Amino acid sequence: MLEVQNITIKYGPCEVLRDILFDLNQGEIIAVLGANGAGKTTLIRALNGTLPVSTGEILLDGSALAGFSRREIAQQIAVVAQENETKFPITVLQFVLSGRFSQGSAFGWETGKDLQIASDALRECDLVDYDGRLMNELSGGERQRVVLARALATQAKILLLDEPTANLDLAHQALMFRLVRERCVEEMAAAIVITHDLNLASEFADRIMLLNGGGIFAIGKPRDVLREENLKEVFGVQVLLDENPASKKVRVTTVY
Amino acid sequence: MILIAGLLVVLVLAIALGSERLAFFNLSDQQRTILFDIRIPRVLLGACVGAALAVSGAALQSLLRNPLAEPYLLGVSNGAALGTMLAFVFFEQFEWSRPVLAFAGAGIATFAVYQMAKNRTGMNVERLVLSGVIVTTFLSSILVLLTSLLDATKLRSFTFWLLGDLSQSTVNGVYLTLAVSFIGTIILSSQAKSLNLLMIGERDAFDLGVEVGRVRLIVFVVVSVLVGSTVAASGSVGYVGLIVPHLVRLAVGSDNRLVVPFSAVAGAIFVVLADTVARTAIAPRELPVGAITALIGAPLFIYLLKRN
Repeated sequence: MLEVQNITIKYGPCEVLRDILFDLNQGEIIAVLGANGAGKTTLIRALNGTLPVSTGEILLDGSALAGFSRREIAQQIAVVAQENETKFPITVLQFVLSGRFSQGSAFGWETGKDLQIASDALRECDLVDYDGRLMNELSGGERQRVVLARALATQAKILLLDEPTANLDLAHQALMFRLVRERCVEEMAAAIVITHDLNLASEFADRIMLLNGGGIFAIGKPRDVLREENLKEVFGVQVLLDENPASKKVRVTTVY
Repeated sequence: MILIAGLLVVLVLAIALGSERLAFFNLSDQQRTILFDIRIPRVLLGACVGAALAVSGAALQSLLRNPLAEPYLLGVSNGAALGTMLAFVFFEQFEWSRPVLAFAGAGIATFAVYQMAKNRTGMNVERLVLSGVIVTTFLSSILVLLTSLLDATKLRSFTFWLLGDLSQSTVNGVYLTLAVSFIGTIILSSQAKSLNLLMIGERDAFDLGVEVGRVRLIVFVVVSVLVGSTVAASGSVGYVGLIVPHLVRLAVGSDNRLVVPFSAVAGAIFVVLADTVARTAIAPRELPVGAITALIGAPLFIYLLKRN
């Protein structure tokens, strides 16, 4: 779905990402891990065409991303960003309906189908009866779920999520990943998720990309990437690795 | 519908009321002249000015995600005022010099603010507002310097105009402002869905498929033309672009597909009412309409600020 071919991203003379090479395939979730400033958010912004690439190319379904219009990119790629705050009193329903912009006309009103899709997305994100609530009156966690609901309402096939679980309680962290997994399985979508939670990444991701200093340090199955020496090198901490007895996935415990 | 009916009632009342009360029937020749050559053009001009300023404020507030944004804050009005003053001082014999130079002034001021606000990574709203304030202050000082070139009669007329004055309306001026405000309102209304997304955030709007740069350009150009035409015709009528969209949002919510067109009608009602007060409060003498809108607008704004 998405082919990233040796891209380099620069802010002015400073190289933030270099030689990034990977594919995102249908039905797949890739978790992106790395220390602060490793270039994780920059990667997401490049993948949806916000930041221009200095060298290399990004292909969306085989065609250069740079050749698509904003509307065409938004039809295929949805982003859940870290920050979202508005100074105007916007209702939750209005906010989620804004996710339908790229699917309809740039003018006029949303259709009954749009309303149904928005309402379904709210229900999936455990936000029933939130329609009329104002965005600036919600807690951080509730707002984060609304932002995910909007991304689901876009019906885009590629989801780019930047720390989507940062403000969520345990139950909603699992819900978020379950919803993303469902999209990937049922709708043949794919997702790239930035997270600092190594164990969530291990549980839900098909592959993990470990970024370090603007480059890919390791990419592969969770068991192959989440290794003591890799985590020591990237995060500078000692970890203990064992197996989650329920899921049999690799489990990481930090040694403080 | 209620707003449109309200506008019609206000228009009829404003046409009837004044230092000379008109009954619409059995008018004398002098009264017919007052009605058709003075009163109706003036009331229509007031409606157009109100509509143009209110839709400009509504669009700018959403575009810049700043509830305080309006043409005055961004230097657009002062750019238009400087253009009008240059026409007033140097090209008074050409009727069209005022709107043309006002458009040019508004456009140049907007372009200057936009260029100042841009940096390598794009434009952020804080830089834009700061640039607007700097350009506004700079243009104000040029306006003050230029007033020293005026003789006493012109100075009084100019001062009155600068405070917002509909009494100098001409039939051609009304036609121009009517056409510009009508077309401008339609264009800005057509961008309302994109403005809804921009109101949430520029990055969100971009991610969701809005061509942010194009919408920004359309809004800036249309607002420059709207403000240029209103300032050329009536000077600086303050607070309309700030207060009216806020009142409309209280009534209909923040969806720009309602806020932009409703602001046009509500803005028209607000300025026509204010001008009726300006004409009748101390008749036969007149007050500048800008002073009345500020008298109503400032306390109303403080009330809205406290309420939120």
